[in-house]
This record gives sequence, structure tokens and C-alpha cells, in this order.
Amino acid sequence: MEKFLFLLSAFLLVWGLRLQSDPASASKGNKFAALGMLIAIFSAVIMPLENSKSNLIWIIIPLSVSATLGYIIAKKIEMTSMPQMVSIFNGLGGLSAVLLSFTEINKWIIFPDAYEIIVVVVLLSSLFIGSVAFTGSLLAFAKLDGYKWSEKLTLPFQHIINIVFIFMILVCSYLFISSSDVTYLYLIIFLSFVYGIFFVAPIGGADMPVVISLLNSFTGITAALTGIIFGNIVMLLGGILVGAAGTILTLLMCNAMNRSLLNVIIGGFSSSGPSNENKEQGDIKEISDSDFAVQLFYSNKVIIVPGYGLAVAQAQKLCKEIQESLEANDVEVKYAIHPVAGRMPGHMNVLLAEADVDYSKLIELDQANEEFKSTDVAVIIGANDVVNPDAIDDSSSPLYGMPILKVWESISTVVLKRSMSAGYAGVQNPLFFKKNNKMYFGDAKESLQRLSSELKNL
Amino acid sequence: MNEILSFLIDNEILIYLLLFTILLGFEVISKVPSVLHTPLMSGANAISGIVILGAIILIRTTETDNYFTLILASIALFVGSINVFGGFFVTNRMLEMFNKKKKG
Repeated sequence: MEKFLFLLSAFLLVWGLRLQSDPASASKGNKFAALGMLIAIFSAVIMPLENSKSNLIWIIIPLSVSATLGYIIAKKIEMTSMPQMVSIFNGLGGLSAVLLSFTEINKWIIFPDAYEIIVVVVLLSSLFIGSVAFTGSLLAFAKLDGYKWSEKLTLPFQHIINIVFIFMILVCSYLFISSSDVTYLYLIIFLSFVYGIFFVAPIGGADMPVVISLLNSFTGITAALTGIIFGNIVMLLGGILVGAAGTILTLLMCNAMNRSLLNVIIGGFSSSGPSNENKEQGDIKEISDSDFAVQLFYSNKVIIVPGYGLAVAQAQKLCKEIQESLEANDVEVKYAIHPVAGRMPGHMNVLLAEADVDYSKLIELDQANEEFKSTDVAVIIGANDVVNPDAIDDSSSPLYGMPILKVWESISTVVLKRSMSAGYAGVQNPLFFKKNNKMYFGDAKESLQRLSSELKNL
Repeated sequence: MNEILSFLIDNEILIYLLLFTILLGFEVISKVPSVLHTPLMSGANAISGIVILGAIILIRTTETDNYFTLILASIALFVGSINVFGGFFVTNRMLEMFNKKKKG
């Protein structure tokens, strides 16, 4: 019976993940995977075990509390904090694997005959990778949530220190296996936790999505390793599936930014630094509320380029409002979505979907770059790095090589921004100083509010 | 070395499964539009919470008075299943928006 159920759940997990790679079936895919997971949990609870004890209460309570908690968190969380949430969840998964391996290793310390050495090695690997995923995810969360301290954790010679740490962990593991002294075990856990921080520390905030995806595949691998120990095929399968899929997803995300994974891990953005921050850039021009409204109102075609600023300000509904008032006057409005706009791929799509913006109004990078040539006004709302011409013009820029939206090919551009401060990559944007560009300062929500009421008065 | 070999032979089927699943994982995700990266990551993350099966099995095979193991395994189960449930609900919420959009 439970064998059949495990088979079914394995099938659902694979099929569910498969469906999730197509927008039309993604929602169904997630439900399939969730169902597969439920069946797997149920089977694990009812499957006959050799010396099973009636510890059901220890299972039911944590399971039901966390199910409720998970549901509430998922309901309450703002769409903008989605990346952070995934990061936290992933960290918890890693922590779970750490606790499990720790308990199993303790079993081995007390009964050395319980496991062969190779099993202990597998457990230690699971412990290590899980710990890295745990602390790494927490730091990724802190970076995404914009805690300033999280950007300052990098030590000099960080990469050398990291190699030394790996070496120390290996030595401790060897000492632990040969002596089964629990002190070494604690030392391994401590070092792995610190290593997780060091692993993420040098990576720039803009690359966090890639890192989360990578850590996610780490958690998958720990799940698979633990699956080997418990001899549970669904665990092995689910874990490896996530490990492999996570790796591919990580590479896809890197491709979207035209960078190699190695480049991301070494910390391309943060280490190459703001090379040309103080370069003389010329003058910027501001645009007034009424000029802006009039300019939009009498355009034929407007393309809106949303970015993280729109997400933080929660201004997506106002954006839709403006779109509607313009469309009422026969202005064609489209949204150009850069693959990595916001803090996570797909971030803008989710956000605009929340405001009921029609799917067909969203255009992707290549199409957008075609259409800018025939656009009257490109309105950049809270985006910066994804419209930085340096990515094409300046080979010394840390952004160089990243595919970007060529907004300046439109007849004019207006940038909505809180201040002149640099974007996430920490570099100044020459777009702001271009002749056909005007600035419209202020928080995205307030700015759009002003613009929207101005438009209605016309 | 012998030990590693005997471990591999003992777990022959698992090793096969491991290799095929890696290929399967690569294949399943090979082409995904960037729109879906976030939900997919979130969904895959929820699946990685499958590690809680281990916690359940561990709890079920532990002596009823071994509180050290029971408590640790329960915490593992607790945090792991927040990952699972939270992950699936969050993913669902993200994907529902794509649905709404198509109908609207």
C-alpha cells in the first residue's frame, strides 16, 4: 500500500514540476506537486516500520502547527517580499536537514555499530550543506530586505578564508570520524554555519535571486542525502529533482543577466566597485507635474519600464490607473519587462498581475528594444541598472555585457526616482544626463498619484 | 575503499535512481520563460522540504522516552514543514495571479 502511495507521490512531484515550467499549466503543476507531497507525508506516517513506536503526537503537533503557520504567512506576506520569503523558507528546510543529520550522527556516537563509516560521511555532508543553506539563506534574506550591515560582512581575502574554512571542516570531519568525539561535531556545525555566511557575504545584493536558487538546490541535495540514509526513495527522488532543477534554474538566471555562475559567486558587482562614480556627467533636467501629464497625454505610444522602486512603493495599482486614463485618450501603453527587473526574475510580472494589468501589455526585452524606436515617451519607474547605457558603452562598468532595455532610443524618456543615488549595482546611470531625458523625483507612489490626478484634470 | 565499493553495490538501485533523477531534473526545467523563474524556484523549494519524511520516520522509530531525539526531530519536522506548506501556498498565490490575468 505505502509503496504504491510513494510511487504515486513521486510521479506527482515530477509531473508537477514539469507542468510548472509552462505559464499555462504552472498553477496546476504546483497543486500536483503539493498533492504529491501530502501523499508522501501521509505514507510516511502510516507505512509499517520495523520497530515503530506510538509517537504520533510528536508528529501531529508540529505538522499541524506549521501547516497553519505556513498558510498564514503565505496569505499575509506582501508580494514585494516574495523573494525574501522564499529565502527564509529555504533556510528552514536547510535547518531541518541539519537537525536530522545531527540526531542521526548522535545515534552513531552512542551506538557506533548502528552505521557504517560511509553513512556517517554522507550524514556529515548533509550536515555541512544544510548548514550552509541555512545561514546562507538567512544572510540572503537580510540582504534582500536591505539591512545595511549585511553588505559589510565581507572580510579582506574572503575567498582565501573560505578555502581555509573548507579545509578546516574537512580536517574536523576526519578527526570526528576517527575519534567520534562530539566536540569535533559541534566544531563542524559551527564552522559550517560561519562558512554559509562567508559564502553569501561577497555576493552583491542584486545577485541574491541567483544565490537563493543555488542554496535551494543545496537543500535539495541534503534532502537526497538524508533520503539515502533513511532508505526512502521519494526523499531521494524529490531531493535530487530539486537539486538538479535548482542548478538549471540558477544557470538560466545567470544567463538572463549574461554572467557566469562563477562570476556571480565571486561577487562581480560588489568587488569591481563603482569605478566611475565621480565621473562628470553633465546636467539633469526635471519635469513638472503638468508638463509630464501633457507630454504623456498627447503621445501615441508610451512604454512603462517598471523596477524595484515600483515594487517597494506598492504603486502598481496607480500604474494601472494611469494606463487606463491614457488609454481612454487612445494612447498605446505597454510595459517593458526586463528579465531581472526588481529583485527577482518574474518579480514585475507578478506585481503587475496583482494590479490586473493585461498579460498582453507586457513585452519582453527583445521586443521592447524593437519598440522603443517607435515610442514617444518611455517612463522608467524605479528601475535603474536595467536601463543603464554603460552596460553597452562602458567596458569598465560592472554592468558591462548585461542585456538592457535601450529606453533612450525613444523620442524622450522620463525617469521616476526618489533621488539621484546609484542603483543596486552601485553605479551611476548616464541615462539621467542624456539630452532627451527628464527626471521626476519622488517616491513612486506619490509621484504616480500626482501624475494620475494631473492626468484626470486634463 | 572496499567499504565505499560495498556501499555502492548495496545501494545499486538507489545509485541508478540518483543518476536518472539528475537527468530528469535537468530535462524537466531545461526551458522555462523568465516570468516563471520566481514561482518555479519557490515551488522547487517547497519540494526540497521533502526532508521532513526523514523526520517523520525518525520520530516513529525512536523510543518513547528518548526525549533528546524526539524533540530535535520534532523541531526538524516543524521548521521543515513550514518550508513545505508555506512554500506551496506562496507559490500557489503567485501562480493564481497568472490565471486571473488570463481570464481578465
